[in-house]
Amino acid sequence: MSSKIYDCIEMIGNRIIENKDFLTELDREIGDADHGINMARGFTEVLAILPKDSDNIGDLLKKTGMTLLSKVGGASGPLYGTAYMQAGKVCAGKTALTAQDGKAVFEAVIAGIQKRGKAVKGEKTMLDAIIPAFEAYSAAVDSGASVNDALDAMCKAAEEGVEYTKTIIATKGRASYLGERSIGHQDPGATSATYTMQAVRDFIKG
Amino acid sequence: MVGIVIVSHSVKVAEGIYDLAMEMASENEHIIAAGGMESGAIGTDAFRIMSAIKAADTGDGVAVLADLGSGIMSAEMAIEMLGDNINVRIADAPVLEGAISAAVTSTSGASLDEVIAAAEEARNTSKLS
Ligand SMILES: Nc1ncnc2c1ncn2[C@@H]1O[C@H](COP(=O)(O)OP(=O)(O)O)[C@@H](O)[C@H]1O
Ligand SMILES: [Mg+2]
Repeated sequence: MSSKIYDCIEMIGNRIIENKDFLTELDREIGDADHGINMARGFTEVLAILPKDSDNIGDLLKKTGMTLLSKVGGASGPLYGTAYMQAGKVCAGKTALTAQDGKAVFEAVIAGIQKRGKAVKGEKTMLDAIIPAFEAYSAAVDSGASVNDALDAMCKAAEEGVEYTKTIIATKGRASYLGERSIGHQDPGATSATYTMQAVRDFIKG
Repeated sequence: MVGIVIVSHSVKVAEGIYDLAMEMASENEHIIAAGGMESGAIGTDAFRIMSAIKAADTGDGVAVLADLGSGIMSAEMAIEMLGDNINVRIADAPVLEGAISAAVTSTSGASLDEVIAAAEEARNTSKLS
């Protein structure tokens, strides 16, 4: 039998792999047409090397990050690699997570991505999905909402974040070479980050 | 002598820059091309860059020249994973011209800071005047 954390990462990986072509198409519009290929390559390797029966959340997240770091290849490699490795640090030694742990994971992920990519909100990157999702999740948890409601709020904010990326100019990453011409297109990384959060929600809601 | 690592998304680009830089450097200069992914695909891999930095270091430090976006990010990750064991810096410079300036300067026996400064100076060199 596989552990819950393995199953959760598998759900994320499968969602990304299923949407490989769409993510690549998005990157064709404003980048170099490889985001889906990069992420699917990374997660295919992740699912091949992760120990299925370990319930050590920190360890599996760290291994996921290291694998993405070496197999993804594009900017999303060091960015998601850092994100998963930082999440792994927060979850070191844990075999279960609370709603509050979820906030700490988000904080570490955002800090890691910002340290690596030096982007802020509004630059048409994955952060435009992740930061609003974190804010919505935290607000819901702090107001005493159920975990399911907090996860729904998280995904709604992420989806709105993806829509928002269509309206802004890319100032970080490869898409920044397009300047004004990047308007009208949704950001591939914000989209893959949203798939990630949707997969986590669907996994936890069961 | 300061070692030099050339990071590019492309195996061919990194090797081509290596060839050009080596023409200007002494035979025993440690220049390592860290282009592409292990599979040869386009991309960058922090672990490959980390191995290249180790291979380039002879104790005097290593200057890293990198191309776009994830080239820099993967190089930064590699440096973080190495910890304080190797004196290594990334030059804020165009990868080809920077690598050649770095190679020439390193061959002259300069320090890491001098090699980095020479690579970064390559940004300001006009080609048409
Ligand atoms: N500096 C950055 N900070 C945060 N996210 C970034 C940054 N640069 C790029 N990204 C994200 O990475 C995505 C592109 O990933 P990918 O196509 O795999 O890499 P590459 O741009 O190297 O081809 C973008 O859509 C964006 O969301
Ligand atoms: Mg791309």
